[in-house]
Amino acid sequence: MTQTVFAPWTDPAAKPLIRFRHVTKRFGDFTAIEDLSLDIYEREFFALLGPSGCGKTTMMRMLAGFEDPTEGTIELAGEDIGAVPPNKRAVNMMFQSYALFPHLTVRDNIAFGLKREGKPKDEIHARVEEMLRLVQLQKFASRKPHQISGGQRQRVALARSLAKAPKLLLLDEPLGALDKKLREETQFELMDIQEKTGTTFVIVTHDQEEAMTVASRIAVMKDGALMQVATPSQIYENPSSRYVADFLGDVTILEGKATKLGDAYEVHWAEGQPPLRAKSTLALADGAGCHLAIRPEKVEIHGEKPADDNVLRGKVIDIGYLGNISTYHVQLANGQTIRAQSFNTERDTRRAFTWEDEVWVNWTENCAVLLDH
Amino acid sequence: MRRFVLIAVPFLWLLALFLIPFGIVLKISLSDVALARPPYVPQFSWDEGIRAFLSQLDFENFAFIGAGAIVVTVVAIALLAAVAFPVYGLVFRRFFGGGLKALSIRSLIAAVVSVVAGILAVVIVFAVISFFFPSVVSLLEVDDYLYFQAYLSSLKIAAISTALTLLVGYPMAYGMARSPNSWRPTLMMLVILPFWTSFLIRVYAWRGILSQEGYLNQVLLWLGVIGEPLTILNTNTAVYIGVVYTYLPFMILPIYAALEKLDVSLIEAAEDLGCSRSSAFWLVTIPLSRPGIVAGCFLVFIPTLGEFVIPSLLGGSGTLMIGKVLWEEFFNNRDWPVASAVAIILLLILIVPIVLFQRNQQRQAEAGG
Repeated sequence: MTQTVFAPWTDPAAKPLIRFRHVTKRFGDFTAIEDLSLDIYEREFFALLGPSGCGKTTMMRMLAGFEDPTEGTIELAGEDIGAVPPNKRAVNMMFQSYALFPHLTVRDNIAFGLKREGKPKDEIHARVEEMLRLVQLQKFASRKPHQISGGQRQRVALARSLAKAPKLLLLDEPLGALDKKLREETQFELMDIQEKTGTTFVIVTHDQEEAMTVASRIAVMKDGALMQVATPSQIYENPSSRYVADFLGDVTILEGKATKLGDAYEVHWAEGQPPLRAKSTLALADGAGCHLAIRPEKVEIHGEKPADDNVLRGKVIDIGYLGNISTYHVQLANGQTIRAQSFNTERDTRRAFTWEDEVWVNWTENCAVLLDH
Repeated sequence: MRRFVLIAVPFLWLLALFLIPFGIVLKISLSDVALARPPYVPQFSWDEGIRAFLSQLDFENFAFIGAGAIVVTVVAIALLAAVAFPVYGLVFRRFFGGGLKALSIRSLIAAVVSVVAGILAVVIVFAVISFFFPSVVSLLEVDDYLYFQAYLSSLKIAAISTALTLLVGYPMAYGMARSPNSWRPTLMMLVILPFWTSFLIRVYAWRGILSQEGYLNQVLLWLGVIGEPLTILNTNTAVYIGVVYTYLPFMILPIYAALEKLDVSLIEAAEDLGCSRSSAFWLVTIPLSRPGIVAGCFLVFIPTLGEFVIPSLLGGSGTLMIGKVLWEEFFNNRDWPVASAVAIILLLILIVPIVLFQRNQQRQAEAGG
């Protein structure tokens, strides 16, 4: 049995559902989006990730039709949608505040968009019931929004935006108002619903964990530009820049100069510390400045000096115990801190290492990522 | 004890400034006019005792001004409204699927149906009552139609001016709520500013604007819009202008308060779901500002009903309003008992909108909490 992987972005023949072509958006003097081009494919769960003010919400509002690009075009299914007002677009949005109509019941909220289309009454009714079933809110159909919980409100908002079966659903920080546990549950629910309905989802979020969980691809944004667009694992394991590596997950970044050594590079990064080896396909000139990004879970911690490459000696100065994992902050002789993570697979409360212990950390040459900017 | 003291403060206030004066006026309304000082009998004296005093009080004045007919009419209007509004909603939901298309033929049909249902309800209720209690019909006999007409005319003028104030005030409140944040305090100030000068002077100033040689006519003549000066002063039109001008802030402020709270993303959500700008306004903005609209309407309607200054300064001999009649009874006729009876009935009529207003405020508070 061959498994087909969903990856239309690797197929040159695939037609994107959404195309940003050299889009620039300015508000007065402020440039929110600068010359941005991006393709999003059908049935994708696409995440726009970035800190606040990076332009991700502006991108979403341009897709919904609340903002027009200053320059460039946006295409939906091959058509330029620049002149199409929001009420005529096959795009629906789930608002960060949910924007449920407080004077209408849950049922009427979900039916709102359908009624505007002037569909027959029984068709609307059937669709609303289907949506209520999808988000499991049949029992609450006649309540008003202020009579249900935050999580239920979030589901009403989702059902309302899905009711019209849009080609594209936009989700603006959809889980921001929920507490952590509920958020995690809802993430999986969202993925489930996306799969069931086959709708293309574009989600805006500043929560990297959320983006990693739900998305098929992530676009990391900074100051109105795309830093990297790739699958969650590519972004995590092969970040294209120091910024992306730092933004997603925990990382230790060392600065140094690279020297080519076979199929790898040797990075000289500090006086008195051994050079570090890292495999990379980057073409760097000898002596060029570079960054070395090391994820803590890839770093092993030892009580005795191991006979490997990339071994550094230091002292444990901090331990973060999270239950499933422990993070050790190991300070080297030159003051640099390296983070190392180990899984607590045993129930033994006694830790192998404690504060002030002399330890060695190491990682294999495949694990560190060499970055040129 | 502490609780009692807390309640006592507003209660004493109510007693001193409302219940006692009301009792006095009620007593005068039950007395007879006399050439004396004060100009009515009986006066209470300890020699005659309370029984003799009470025996001299009667409802003559109420019968004279046709209080029965007035109260019956007001009750009929209230009943009509109480039946028509729910019927309107029912008809809409039942037959038109609840999809609100404002100002369409459907709403017209629903309005006609609900008004007819209301009239039917009124007719049936009165038929039943007069069948079982024939004596009630005698209540409808009126000695002097002046008062009856004055009450009806006041209701009409108050209703029309409330509607006009809403038409002028809503766009202003909407504009204020949509203006940039930094402008709002200034706009608010501009709305409230007229309160800083005397109401009497401001209304009087309108005489200068509206009279035959007034500024309005001069400007219109100069522009060539009209050939000869318009007669506005001393007509009902002048009264409407005066009421709209005077009570506009009372309409604007509650509507503004409701609109300011309105989340802009609700309008965006409505547009996103297929509403045009105007249908988003009718389906989202109007329903969500309704508590403000209702509050504003009552705040204008209630004082306008008994308004005296505006009709006497701007209105003419044809302007019949109960406040003016009341004043004339007191000071021109020196008939304090009849004037008091007029005042008592006015108060009874006002109870209906005041209770409705209170209920609206309460519901709003509950919805907010």
